[in-house]
Amino acid sequence: MYTQALDSSGAEPGSPASAGEVERERRFQERIDRDEKIEPKDWMPQAYRQTLIRQIAQHAHSEIVGMLPEGNWITRAPTLRRKAVLIAKVQDEGGHGMYLYSAAETLGVSRGELIEQLLAGRAKYSSIFNYPTLTWADIGAIGWLVDGAAIMNQIPLCRCSYGPYARAMVRICKEESFHQRQGYEIMLTLARGTGAQREMAQDALNRWWWPSLMMFGPGDAESVHTAHSMRWKIKRFSNDELRQRFIDLTVPQAQFLDLAIPDPVLRWDEAAQHFITGPIDWSEFQTVLKGHGPCNRERLGARRAAHEAGRWVREAAAAYADKHRDRVGGAERHVQTV
Amino acid sequence: MNEDWVLYEVFIRARSGLEHKHVGSLHAADARMALEHARDTYTRRQEGVSIWVVRSSEIIASDPEEADALFEPARDKVYRHPTFYSIPDDVKNI
Ligand SMILES: [Fe+2]
Ligand SMILES: [Fe+2]
Repeated sequence: MYTQALDSSGAEPGSPASAGEVERERRFQERIDRDEKIEPKDWMPQAYRQTLIRQIAQHAHSEIVGMLPEGNWITRAPTLRRKAVLIAKVQDEGGHGMYLYSAAETLGVSRGELIEQLLAGRAKYSSIFNYPTLTWADIGAIGWLVDGAAIMNQIPLCRCSYGPYARAMVRICKEESFHQRQGYEIMLTLARGTGAQREMAQDALNRWWWPSLMMFGPGDAESVHTAHSMRWKIKRFSNDELRQRFIDLTVPQAQFLDLAIPDPVLRWDEAAQHFITGPIDWSEFQTVLKGHGPCNRERLGARRAAHEAGRWVREAAAAYADKHRDRVGGAERHVQTV
Repeated sequence: MNEDWVLYEVFIRARSGLEHKHVGSLHAADARMALEHARDTYTRRQEGVSIWVVRSSEIIASDPEEADALFEPARDKVYRHPTFYSIPDDVKNI
């Protein structure tokens, strides 16, 4: 689903070691300036590689952890149609995680290492998934707002300078649009329903609005690594630009639902042609980011439990593959040859 | 931590009549699992009618550092393209 504030820590371009390095970095930057894509076997500065590994891994983890708050509601979806849709969405998020882990691996990190970092609690993922999904309306609000914010963030990444990441993002963006639409459809149904259903929808909007705005990461003044990421075309727009775009598109959608955005000072600025929100409570964001959100422990606990519960399946599959290889000798070809 | 399963590259034929195209990679214990995972990972929306999986280690790739030397010989042979030849407008169907 998505990623936030991904450049929040980590490698800086170090001082280049030699004249040769300087020259290679210069040529690398020239390729980027010409909008060429960088591919796995191409030379790249260490800091570019490290920044990408960190960002893509955090993004992949976010997709995987993002399956949990929604997966939680599959058995309780109100109709068979909603259940089928939710299963498809959650499966998509799993797929997104797979595309992204694959992209990260092209930079020289192993899948096992990445999973290990997530399970050990050493990896970051989007803090939006550390909020609970209390009612069915939350599934609507997540699709509409969280996937909506994700799309806003992800579309520019389709033009990212690193080829495998950009291609994964193209695939992901194609799939995300249904996620947002099914969420909005849930909200619309509730908003047009009984009084209790309307209230449920409003309550979900109240709880998800601000965390969704925080998904874009800290304000530009605090976002330290933006400059490098911009120069390398890993990032194309600043956090505040994307957040503003999201606000401008989303407020009218809330108005159509006839639900109130939980921001008493929200107003339309005619001169700027933007909706202006009240201040964001970043202390809450920091608390959740540091691991003290409502569900941080529960999410990782669920991931670890799933990993452990699946261990025997992985071991059995590996044992079967070994046995089969020994017996038939390179029997990779039960598939018809091409 | 377990060793990762073998890495496979996945190629998909989108429609009958088209070539297989590289779409990404995945890990699997064996070839059959690679095909099944490829189905689940890359064809959830009827993106294909046929899948190839190849162990990534079996792929032999050209070296990007040698790209210039490798492709340079074709660069000045513009006469391999039809637009190189000027034919009067009056001549039809050529
Ligand atoms: Fe999504
Ligand atoms: Fe996603």
